[in-house]
Amino acid sequence: MTTTAEQAAAAICAEHGDDRTRLLDILLAVQRRHGRLDDGIIDALAARLGIPRVDVAGVVSFYSFLGDEPRGRIVIRLCNDVPDLMVGADKVAEGLEEELGIRFGETTPDGRFTLEWASCIGMSDQAPAALFNDVVVPNLGPGAARRLVRELKLHPEVADLRRLIVREYGDGKNSHDLVRAAVKNNIRRPGEVILADMAHGAGLRKALAMSPAEVIREVKTARLRGRGGAGFPTGMKWEFTRAGDAGQRYLVCNADEGEPGTFKDRVVLTERPDLLFEGMTIAGYAIGASRGLLYLRGEYAYLREYLEHVLSERRGQGLLGEGVCGKAGFDFDIRIQLGAGAYVCGEESALISSCEGLRGDPKNRPPFPAQRGYLGRPTSVNNVETLCCVPRILEMGSGWFASLGSRKSTGTKLLSVSGDCTRRGVYEVPLGTRLRAVLEMCGADEPVAVQVGGPSGQMVGPADFEREICFDDLATGGALVVFGAGRDPLAIASQYLAFFIHESCGYCTPCRVGNVLLKERLDRIRAGRGEAADLDYLQTLGQTVKAASRCGLGQTSPNPVLSTLRSFRSAYEALLVTPAGGAQPGFDLEGRLAEAKALTGRGSVHFGS
Amino acid sequence: MTNATITLTVDGRQIETRPGQTILEATEAAGVYVPRLCWMKGLLPFGSCRVCTVRVNGRPQAACTQPVAPGMVIENDTEELRALRRDLIDMLFVEGNHFCMFCEKSGNCELQALAYRFGIAAPGYPFLFPQRALDASHPGIFLDRNRCVLCARCVRASRELDGKTVFGFAGRGAGRRIAVNGEDLAHTDAEATDRAVAACPTGSLLVKRIGYAVPVGRRRYDQEPIGSDIEPAAAGR
Repeated sequence: MTTTAEQAAAAICAEHGDDRTRLLDILLAVQRRHGRLDDGIIDALAARLGIPRVDVAGVVSFYSFLGDEPRGRIVIRLCNDVPDLMVGADKVAEGLEEELGIRFGETTPDGRFTLEWASCIGMSDQAPAALFNDVVVPNLGPGAARRLVRELKLHPEVADLRRLIVREYGDGKNSHDLVRAAVKNNIRRPGEVILADMAHGAGLRKALAMSPAEVIREVKTARLRGRGGAGFPTGMKWEFTRAGDAGQRYLVCNADEGEPGTFKDRVVLTERPDLLFEGMTIAGYAIGASRGLLYLRGEYAYLREYLEHVLSERRGQGLLGEGVCGKAGFDFDIRIQLGAGAYVCGEESALISSCEGLRGDPKNRPPFPAQRGYLGRPTSVNNVETLCCVPRILEMGSGWFASLGSRKSTGTKLLSVSGDCTRRGVYEVPLGTRLRAVLEMCGADEPVAVQVGGPSGQMVGPADFEREICFDDLATGGALVVFGAGRDPLAIASQYLAFFIHESCGYCTPCRVGNVLLKERLDRIRAGRGEAADLDYLQTLGQTVKAASRCGLGQTSPNPVLSTLRSFRSAYEALLVTPAGGAQPGFDLEGRLAEAKALTGRGSVHFGS
Repeated sequence: MTNATITLTVDGRQIETRPGQTILEATEAAGVYVPRLCWMKGLLPFGSCRVCTVRVNGRPQAACTQPVAPGMVIENDTEELRALRRDLIDMLFVEGNHFCMFCEKSGNCELQALAYRFGIAAPGYPFLFPQRALDASHPGIFLDRNRCVLCARCVRASRELDGKTVFGFAGRGAGRRIAVNGEDLAHTDAEATDRAVAACPTGSLLVKRIGYAVPVGRRRYDQEPIGSDIEPAAAGR
């Protein structure tokens, strides 16, 4: 490493107060400047921040967006989520590979372009989509991809990539001067709570006129439950956090929506940032926190400047900072923490690890974040959508909120709808809405299956379409991917397992190994080498992974297999073969001989070709 | 400290314990063996292997990280949990490259001993045959990642007992691996006498030049099944 690189790294550390808990920000900044985080830079950062080199390298190797290999000045990350593959992401990939003369995972010899796959980037309603560095390129067909790359090759300067790439801005705030994105909101059905027309500020003013305990009581009376998927009662979480140690407490907003097929938080962040920050402020007041963090997934980095701007406006209006709204003794401010490409960081304790500049491994519980969370202090982690409900509950009253939705599932739910339907986008519907009603709204023509809640949720067939979207029936963090005639549920399940394998942190045995084993057996069946006993094998293995895994990722990762075994068993059975004469159908003879054949340059004497 | 006692039920048997203990510690004190691999006395619990999974009031929990609470009803030695643990041990075998017959640790290896205790003669899962790096750079220590179960005992022992930071983790998912605080092990402050080296439950970390000092057949788990020291009755299995 050159002295300049060392000096620059040191300067970046200094900008972050040489604070080791800001390691993720520091690494992102250093990588942005140098394109890679090689050993020399890692050594320099470790020495400067006073942490072991192995720990810095451990963080670098954990996150998809960080790496020690040299990457091109333009990193193209093509989304390989199911909705993208359904509309030909593989053809886009071929086009990019041919145009650049490299394969995925490689960098062009001139150091200009790198091709990588990305897990869901939150654009399923405008797939295929890719990130060119921070710039989102939605609706990227194979032809458009080739043209774009050809054009970029002519411009060696990439200082303002956004200006080069984005031709037409999306609707709403996507055209804001600080966003300038081609992304579309696709708000198809605004509901009463979050996407309704509203004036901001009433909820916060009402909250500050109450005591924190009264605010919590109001949220409890509204029976607000977490919108991220787990459905934990929000008021109770706040009460636990408030009951934690006195002194500094933290409010963390989880804007790491990584569940494949989910993009509603992206729309909320674009169109309702004030509502969100107001909700965070009220939550901070309720739990007694003076600091809030917004954990923004790395894929949404293009929104960062805009969100910083909204925060600074709020500071100017006295809505953040010392004495919020003139309320003596209530200080609250918000920092944005950018993620770096890791689905598991959506798990609240992993998210806290990530905020602390660590690998995104979930933490052991207990202690729960409410007892010991961010920097060891009581912390409440709440989803974007949950926090957006809060100002509305305060403004309109808990009775109003509880009157929406069903008795046990109050309020509305934002749904991200994608796949085989004509009106992909965001729908805000009352909880308790039947799945069939949503399918009708979005123009799904005789779907054969719907993935409810993303890969960690379940795949259901027509028999389940009358079920209700709510906490007690079809619970969902909000993703609905529709599959029409001709889609193969088992192929989709396999793609979702590949996602979990890629995103597992690898900490615990069942998730690290079990998902690999599930996919091996599922793919074996798909290849026509499965026998009846393999279905029991998948069922048992899936249940083991669910029961023994340490966090929500592993506890839900077998769902693609378990739910298709339940809803699409006949699809499995149709592929099974009956062993004849004691032969093992699972044994791939040709596959096992392939290496020997390649080495000897001839076929087997005994086994045919 | 208070003298308050907590009563738990473990497989139908009542156990008295103290607040602040984990289920694993409480059961061990009562002579009940909960199989475990990543846990090691004197280190902070890590909870990665999940072999100590028990059911607490019906819910699966890792006994090594779960504190006791009054009235807990714990299932430990049930057919369901034995099968689950067998599966987890199986997974650890197939995800690595374990050749017991050529391993210096054979007979002293906790992974192998667990397999014997659970009656695993051959894995029920297909081998994954990973390619993993071996580090023989250090004059006194071998690091063979083929045998690593990612239990973090070396990571924790180095930090908590040796006052060093020789080991850490790199990568994620199936690519998660033990990393060292330097270019290789020789470029760290590791010493063969480190507690971190002795902490390895398998043959992943071995001290060089003392191979087979105790002949195979006369080693710890050749004499008695793992867990016998906790649960004398197990010796007869």
